[in-house]
Amino acid sequence: MVEAGAWWTVLAGPALLLGLAVLAVAGDAVLDARDAGRTVTLTAVVRPFLGVPRALVAQPRRLPAADVLLWRAGVITVPVAAVLSTLVIPFGNRMAADLSVGVVWFNAMEVLTWAGLWLAGWGPNAAFSLIGGYRFLAQGLAYELPLMFALISAATGAQSLRVGDIAAAQAGLWYVVWMPVAFVAYLAGVLAFSFLGPFAYPVGRDLSGGVLSETSGVDRLLLQAGRWLWLTSGAAMAVPLFLGGGAGPGLPAWAWSLIKTLVVLGALVWALRRLPVIRADRYVEFAWVVLIPLSVVQTLVPALVDLNR
Amino acid sequence: MVGPLDTVLLVALGVLALVFGALVFTLNSMARVTFALLAALVCVGGITAVLGLPYLGVVIVLMMVMEMVIMAVFMIAYMMNPAGLMPMSMLHNKRGALAISGVVFAALVAGIFAVPWPARTGIRPRDTTFQVGRSLMGDQMLTMVTLGFVLLATMVGATVLATRRGRYDRFGDDLDRRPADDPAGGGVGR
Repeated sequence: MVEAGAWWTVLAGPALLLGLAVLAVAGDAVLDARDAGRTVTLTAVVRPFLGVPRALVAQPRRLPAADVLLWRAGVITVPVAAVLSTLVIPFGNRMAADLSVGVVWFNAMEVLTWAGLWLAGWGPNAAFSLIGGYRFLAQGLAYELPLMFALISAATGAQSLRVGDIAAAQAGLWYVVWMPVAFVAYLAGVLAFSFLGPFAYPVGRDLSGGVLSETSGVDRLLLQAGRWLWLTSGAAMAVPLFLGGGAGPGLPAWAWSLIKTLVVLGALVWALRRLPVIRADRYVEFAWVVLIPLSVVQTLVPALVDLNR
Repeated sequence: MVGPLDTVLLVALGVLALVFGALVFTLNSMARVTFALLAALVCVGGITAVLGLPYLGVVIVLMMVMEMVIMAVFMIAYMMNPAGLMPMSMLHNKRGALAISGVVFAALVAGIFAVPWPARTGIRPRDTTFQVGRSLMGDQMLTMVTLGFVLLATMVGATVLATRRGRYDRFGDDLDRRPADDPAGGGVGR
C-alpha cells in the first residue's frame, strides 16, 4: 500500500532527487569522456562538478535594462518546479504528499517550466536569450499534448489520478507492455521538458546558448540543475506510471523503485546523446500529425478495457 | 469542513490574488502585467483546491500557466511598442471602465448576500473529483460534447482564416502536385 511518509520525506525526497541527478550528470560526463577517446577516470566523472564552486562565487553578469525580477523568477521556477513535482512520486511505498490528483499535480509543475523558461529568456533583455524562450514555447506546443495523453492513458487504466493507485493497478501487467505508445510519448516529453538532447533547441548552439546565453554564476547553475532535476524527476515518475512502481520479487519496494528509476534514467541519458537536436517546427508537425493521433488511440485502449471490466 | 488552517490559507490566497490583480493595472511592463495576472489566477486555483475541489484547483493552475504564457507572446506581439522599452498602461477608457467594474463588483457582492444559499444535504464526499466528473459528464454530456465540437470548429476555423497558404498553394490548382510545395522542406510524408 502506497501512502504519505513522515514529515522528513519532504526533505529526503529532494535530497534523493539531487543525488540521482548528480549520478545522471556524472554518467553523461563518463559517456562524454568515452566518446572523446579519453580514459574514463575519476577526474572525468567529477569534471562537470568542478564548475559548481566557481559558479557559486562568480559575480553575476549585469545587462542594460534587464528585467531582473522576472529573470530571477524564471530561473528559480525551473528547478523549484522540478523539486515540487517529486512530492507525489512514490519511492517504494512512501511519498511526500499522497495527493488524490497526483498526476495532475505533476503535469501542472511540469507546465510551470514553460513560464520559467520564457521568463528566463525574457529577463536579460537580449535577443538570443529571448529567442531561446520562444523556442521552448514552440517546442512546448508540440510535446505537451502527447505527454498529457500519455498521463491520461495511465490514469484511465487505473481509473484514478492518485499515483499510488496507478502503480498498484499494474499488479497484473505493467502499463509499458500494453501502453507502449504512451510510454514512448511520455519519455519524449521528459526529454522535452528537461530541454536536453534532441530537445535542446531552446539552448541551441546556433543561438550561442539561447536561454542560457546571458546567464552566469548561480543563475546558470540553477537553470542547468533544473534541466537534470527534471530529467531525473521524469524518470522517477515513469516508474509508478508505466513500470509497476515498487513491485518486484525478492527485494523491498524501495530497492525496486531505485533500480527501475536508474534504468530509465540511464536509458534517457544514453538516448539524449544519440539523437540530434530537432527544430521545433519539424517536431510540431511530427507531434500533431503522428504522435497525437497515436496517443488518442492509445488512450482509447485502456478506456475500452475499463468499459469491459 | 473548513478548518482554521484552511481559513488562514483562504484569506492569505484571497489577499494575494487581490494584490496581484491590482498589480495588473499598476505595472507598466506587459511581461510583468501578464505574470501578475498569472500569479492572481494561481492564487484562485489555490483557493479552489482549499475549498475542497483539488482537481479543479490544480487544473486551473495548469491551464492558466499554459494560457498566460502563450498570451504573453501575443500581448507583447500586439503591443504598440513591441520591444516593451517604453512604459505601458493597462488602463483605457478610465471613466467607463471604472463605472462598469464598480457596478459589476456591487452586483456580485449584493448577490452574495441576496442569494438564499442552500444548506448542505448529506455528507461531503472524500474525493470530490469523481463528483465533479459525474456532474460534468453525466447529465451534461450533451452540453460537453456540443461545446467540445464548437471549440474545435472555432480553433480549426480560426487557423484556416489565419493561414496565408492553403492546400491550393501546396498541391497546385488541381491538388495533384506531389511533393507539396512548402516553404520549409522536410517534415511528415515528404
